[in-house]
Amino acid sequence: MNPFNYEAEQLLNVAHQVRRDIVRMVHAVNSGHPGGSLGCTEFLVSLYFRQMTHKPEFDMNGIGEDLFFLSNGHISPVWYSTLARAGYFDPKELATFRKLNSRLQGHPATEEHLPGIRIASGSLGQGPSVAIGAAQVKKLNGDDKLVYVLTGDGELEEGQVWEAAMYAAHHKVDNFIWTVDYNGQQIDGPVDAVMSLGNLRAKFEAFGWKVLHCENGNDFAQLLPVLDEAKALTGQGQPICILMNTQMGFGVDFMMGSHKWHGVAPNDAQLEQALVQLKETLNDY
Amino acid sequence: MKDFPYSESKDTRSGFGAGLLELGRTNPNVVALCADLVGSLKMGDFIKEFPERFFQVGIAEANMIGLAAGMTIGGKIPFTGTFANFSTGRVYDQIRQSVAYSGKNVKICASHAGLTLGEDGATHQILEDIGMMKMLPHMTVINPCDFNQTKAATIAIAEYEGPVYLRFGRPVVPNFTPADQKFEIGKAVMLNEGKDVTIIATGHLVWKAILAGKLLAEQGIDAEIINIHTIKPLDTEAILASVAKTRCVVTAEEHQFNGGLGESVARLLAQNLPLPLELVGVNDSFGESGTPEELMEKYGLNEQSIVAAVQRVMARK
Repeated sequence: MNPFNYEAEQLLNVAHQVRRDIVRMVHAVNSGHPGGSLGCTEFLVSLYFRQMTHKPEFDMNGIGEDLFFLSNGHISPVWYSTLARAGYFDPKELATFRKLNSRLQGHPATEEHLPGIRIASGSLGQGPSVAIGAAQVKKLNGDDKLVYVLTGDGELEEGQVWEAAMYAAHHKVDNFIWTVDYNGQQIDGPVDAVMSLGNLRAKFEAFGWKVLHCENGNDFAQLLPVLDEAKALTGQGQPICILMNTQMGFGVDFMMGSHKWHGVAPNDAQLEQALVQLKETLNDY
Repeated sequence: MKDFPYSESKDTRSGFGAGLLELGRTNPNVVALCADLVGSLKMGDFIKEFPERFFQVGIAEANMIGLAAGMTIGGKIPFTGTFANFSTGRVYDQIRQSVAYSGKNVKICASHAGLTLGEDGATHQILEDIGMMKMLPHMTVINPCDFNQTKAATIAIAEYEGPVYLRFGRPVVPNFTPADQKFEIGKAVMLNEGKDVTIIATGHLVWKAILAGKLLAEQGIDAEIINIHTIKPLDTEAILASVAKTRCVVTAEEHQFNGGLGESVARLLAQNLPLPLELVGVNDSFGESGTPEELMEKYGLNEQSIVAAVQRVMARK
């Protein structure tokens, strides 16, 4: 049971605030990755405020809980904000993001014991393996909860993800949902220009996965049914993949749809311009 | 010079296999993973008795390390098994981020380390693994010397909470350490007390150090011999106490000089007790095909090399 179990309207409320948090966090330290963070806001908010059984008191082993792993660790702002707004730690701590002696490292880490983080990520391609390991142990422990992982799409250029994809199908890790943030952008430009992924759906299917597609992961009305369907498809002998189309920078008009805001912070004027578009719904930290 | 009787020679990797089997029976949280080398790693007995706690990952070592890190979440103690080369260099970033930096309780168990892998040649003869692993914060690095000690080390690391690199090998070597000797991580084992020189050895070079000690005794040189099975954390107290007595030291290992045990000892002495040191190891070179004995002779890793190093270091006293 999710501790919030919010409906779409309440989720939208949280999403607005998470987006404000993201742009304010990266602006404050003039560094960080707003683009992918804004693009995955609906997804993270849906997991923590509706889909997952989880406990904000946080226990590393997470027995009896659904677990989430962020493989594309550079979108840490959206995760940190979502965790804080879900009660894992005080939202005031978001002000320490990327600063010296903070628990909110540039990329997620366990070294400083930030509640909600179970593995370091940032060097890409490692999250699916880790998450599948955790999912295997859930089976071994007789724990019927699920494991989620999010990767980027550019991240799929790393070979390790395909080792993990092969493993999960072979071992029938069917308590596992892998979502790909399919925004078509990476640092050096459009994914199709840098290193085309080809027919991604066919690739996952060829590896033995059940593949779902969400045409607009920035619309709760489209995202929630896909997440529900994915959950319903677990336990049937196949791992589940969701190809989730999103727009990098969604919610801030001048950041949308371009790889240019992958890892660049807004200046003072741009912050003002962004915040005008994002309603303060849960009080700024 | 003490005598070190033994009834048989065995491979250290079989010590790992025996230790893993015992852990299977005594610790339900122990699970094992292997990247298509179960025979070489001697994991067969564990797999036969505990098939549900074994995970075959195929030839995909990066994935194996990630899986193992994930398996700690939920309380398991994963032991990964493959060759030392594929356990370290091939997966350094996976170990660095998902295991060491994440502080995960993963035991990276690595066979066929060093030149004694033999005929397969330099692609497989890793001589840099100790260096890579000891540089990682949080990582413990262990290189036991014979079957009994490897078995005991395998069992001991399950009791320790944190990432461990356990290094062992392929050839049969005299199994001389007592079967009931407790394995204490980070604690040096004094093999022979002496007054003229300290010989600090690890892994397969421990037996060579014993053979060297006998040759030295015939020359009237009284060698103190210490088995350093744990390279990190290093038993600095035992080493400094011995060298303070003998006033010179030789290190011996099946590894590059760069990054090895000798380098750790050199740093310790330079900072605390700057006395003459000579190193036995591989000097910035890859190995090649050959029998283990031929390779150990060609690359200067046998008892004669240790004797020669002792003569050099004593002349510098």
